[in-house]
Amino acid sequence: MSSETKNILIGLAGQQNAGKSTMFNMLTGATQHIANYPGVTIDKKVGSYRDDEGRVEIVDLPGTYSLTSYSLEERVARDFLLQETPHAIVNVIDASSLRRGLYFTFQVLEMSFPVVMALNMVDVAEANGRKVDHEKLSQLLGVKVIPTVGRKKRGKGELRQAIRETVNEKGSQDPGERFQVFYEELEEKVVAITSLLGASGTMSEALPLRWLAVKLLEGDSEARRIVQQQHQEAEAVLGSVDAAIQSFQDEMDISPADHIVSCRDRLAASIVEQCVEVSAVHTVRTSEKIDRVLLHRGLAPIFLVLTVYLIYELSIVQGYKLTFLTWPALAWVRATVAGFLPDPGLLQDTILRTLPLWMMDSVNTLLNYVPVFLILFALIAILEDSGYMARIAFILDRVFQSFGLHGQSTLPFILGGVFTGGCAVPGIMATKGIPDERSRLATILTVPYMNCLAKIPLYTLLVNIYFTAHKSYVMLFISTITIIMAMIVAKLLTSTILYGRETAPFVMEMPNYHMPTMTGVLRRAFDRTWIYIKKVGTIVVAVAICVYVLLQFPGLPEDRMAHYEQQMDGAIAGFQQDIQGTAYADILQHEDRILQLLNISATYREAKLAASTQEASRAVDVRYEAKHPELFPLLRPRDAEARSVSRSLRSLANERSNLRGQIREETIVHSYFGRVGRALEPVTQYAGFDWKINVALISSFAARESSVATLGVLFQEGVDENITLEERMERESEAGGRTPLHALALMLFFALYPPCLATTIMVKVQTGSYKWMLFSIAFPTVFGLAVVSGVFTLGSLFNVSGIQAMGIFYVAALATAIVLSLMEDPAWKRQRSNIVGTKEA
Amino acid sequence: MFHCFRRGQKKLSRECSDCGSDKGMLKDGNQVLTQVPKGCRCRIRRHMAHGAIRQRLLDLGFVPNAEVEMVRCATLGDPLEMRLGDYYVTLRKREADLIEVQDA
Repeated sequence: MSSETKNILIGLAGQQNAGKSTMFNMLTGATQHIANYPGVTIDKKVGSYRDDEGRVEIVDLPGTYSLTSYSLEERVARDFLLQETPHAIVNVIDASSLRRGLYFTFQVLEMSFPVVMALNMVDVAEANGRKVDHEKLSQLLGVKVIPTVGRKKRGKGELRQAIRETVNEKGSQDPGERFQVFYEELEEKVVAITSLLGASGTMSEALPLRWLAVKLLEGDSEARRIVQQQHQEAEAVLGSVDAAIQSFQDEMDISPADHIVSCRDRLAASIVEQCVEVSAVHTVRTSEKIDRVLLHRGLAPIFLVLTVYLIYELSIVQGYKLTFLTWPALAWVRATVAGFLPDPGLLQDTILRTLPLWMMDSVNTLLNYVPVFLILFALIAILEDSGYMARIAFILDRVFQSFGLHGQSTLPFILGGVFTGGCAVPGIMATKGIPDERSRLATILTVPYMNCLAKIPLYTLLVNIYFTAHKSYVMLFISTITIIMAMIVAKLLTSTILYGRETAPFVMEMPNYHMPTMTGVLRRAFDRTWIYIKKVGTIVVAVAICVYVLLQFPGLPEDRMAHYEQQMDGAIAGFQQDIQGTAYADILQHEDRILQLLNISATYREAKLAASTQEASRAVDVRYEAKHPELFPLLRPRDAEARSVSRSLRSLANERSNLRGQIREETIVHSYFGRVGRALEPVTQYAGFDWKINVALISSFAARESSVATLGVLFQEGVDENITLEERMERESEAGGRTPLHALALMLFFALYPPCLATTIMVKVQTGSYKWMLFSIAFPTVFGLAVVSGVFTLGSLFNVSGIQAMGIFYVAALATAIVLSLMEDPAWKRQRSNIVGTKEA
Repeated sequence: MFHCFRRGQKKLSRECSDCGSDKGMLKDGNQVLTQVPKGCRCRIRRHMAHGAIRQRLLDLGFVPNAEVEMVRCATLGDPLEMRLGDYYVTLRKREADLIEVQDA
């Protein structure tokens, strides 16, 4: 062929667990990006490399066992092959399970694509006593077979070379020589239908006819659709297909579909017999030996609990300690940004200052969790890559099954934070792997009930105020009630609105244990963390602005503002009177100067607090003295006169912050959110929420983190005395008659509360519909409010204490969950009646 | 469930003689896959499932005449893990109930 550069498109296909991703990474290196297949939520990984003749673009197809139209992944893989017609297919096969891998190869070959086989993990197969003769295999199949070890990057050059050669040889092969599965008794019918299909000229160019004929005989719905769309005499062709299926069934007492499968299986078996040399017969694989301990019936739960505990300890506990190191860096960024913004005003700051700082704070709270997530995601990647995640699914499937979920819901729940800490966004993303459509939707809708990291601060706050005596009980209650409630909701959803969704069996291959690779684990950890950071970067910033506007506008009425200004003027006049006659009176005659002094003294105090060593502290002094030589004596008074001025200054500063606090609170009262919060009071009073709590809950929809921050603003009294939010809320709750029952209601509602905005957007992405997104907001709100109102109203009626109500609720929820778990799955009932029905017929 | 526990203790002997199951045989002398005790082998006769479930079982190698060895059941008695030739597959009981087998 010509020597000009030739760019080619290659599809990378193979079964799950064959090491397709490692092969993809090996071939393409770092140049890869993730796109989406049109209209579906499956990732399309695309990468490329250059060889001597041009660019080779590789598309990683979803891992599938075959190319039927039963699952989304298979449909996606098949549509890619039919519509984008890659120049060749690289078929990755696990050398240890060649026989089953060949089913897939046969189907790709039937579609008459040029195929290169990457016989992967030959080292593992050899260690297990199975030596594959790849030359013989190549000869039998008529394709190039390259032995590879993806994890050790063995076979990379050979594979690239084989890809190029195969593409160049394309078309030179005589169709008659090409490998074909011989369908024995069915062969005649396959040939007849192929020629019927061939009558349509356009079709024979666009599609592999023999493949289509086989698919039609298998009764594949997608194949029938293709014929109906593209064949001129579709009805006649489909009619003869049906007749062929019927006559074969009558003749052979076996459906053509079953016959096709067993033909393929026999062929695969004979190929394996010819190519695989088994040296150690009946040896037990190493993974099985490990499983005898790890999956031992009695011991398995113990190992599982240990693993989860280890994850919790390493990521949440140790990761939290790491945030103490990263927080100063974030705080420094905030301070630096603050330095560039306009100085604060006397009573009100300009929006140019408050808005950027507000955004900074929102972003910082989320970025603060990055170390936790990095560790968490790295550990989870280790679990996935090692193969233990599949075992967790195996152990827990029975539990999930009772609630209409799936063993593979484990990973999303762990990511979402089963016990404490996680994030629903990566959790919902991980639902992609669940093959069962109904369980997948149920998992997506229940993962947000998990305790995401951002819910913890509110829990801690409330527990410290109201449940000091029972701290550990309450924390245990919170971390387990969420999973119980999630299970109840999952059962309710799967037996009502999700009833009728496609379900799939829990048929899972138990992969071999593998040593995870460093790069694989790190890449996945960084990828997932990056998704989280992107969420912070985009959605949260956008939402923070909206919340800001809704909390700050329309602002105070003019007469109230005038009232506060008057008070401030009075305070300044008092201050000026105090300093009358001192040496500083002249400098501080003008109001602007006083404001400047107030601001400088505030930043000075902050800088002094931030300075950890004595030298640093001295350096701060030197810097401020050089910058403000006139005012510095007031910052660090050395004589009696300066000291008295400084004292007056401090009381002025206190008065100012007091007024600012009152203004802030009153702004929120008058804000749009404040109005909504009060409008909702008639409804939420049954749950024990007043308008302040309502505002905090509404703003926490934007991002959970803000609930505590909003409460901090709302419970302003005593802010000047520098007491903590805990004490402030406690004081107010004593005055307002708020009890632990109120706190319990709030915590419960927070646990059942709709997902944050970022999560709902992820729900939209993963379900592909706005309807589910809206549902994921509306349902938890109604459900949560109903449950909490019930608890609170009954609790107040019978006058039980918070901790008693908690215990009663816990027992009730647990009992409900157990009863629900015993109810038979409606989908299963339906399926069984189908089977009985066909038997009778 | 307790029944499964009892059986779980028995199978330690790795004997197949106690294959007798309380469910009894199907009328033509065949069993369903769930009746195969741990450590025993059997051969697949036919599927009673349809559609996607059937396809998925076939993809994973539950083809007629394939030999299956019951490896273990999970802590709560379900799902089951079994060996098909050289790889291991898990299956819920409700799906295994749909696979008719005969002695290997």
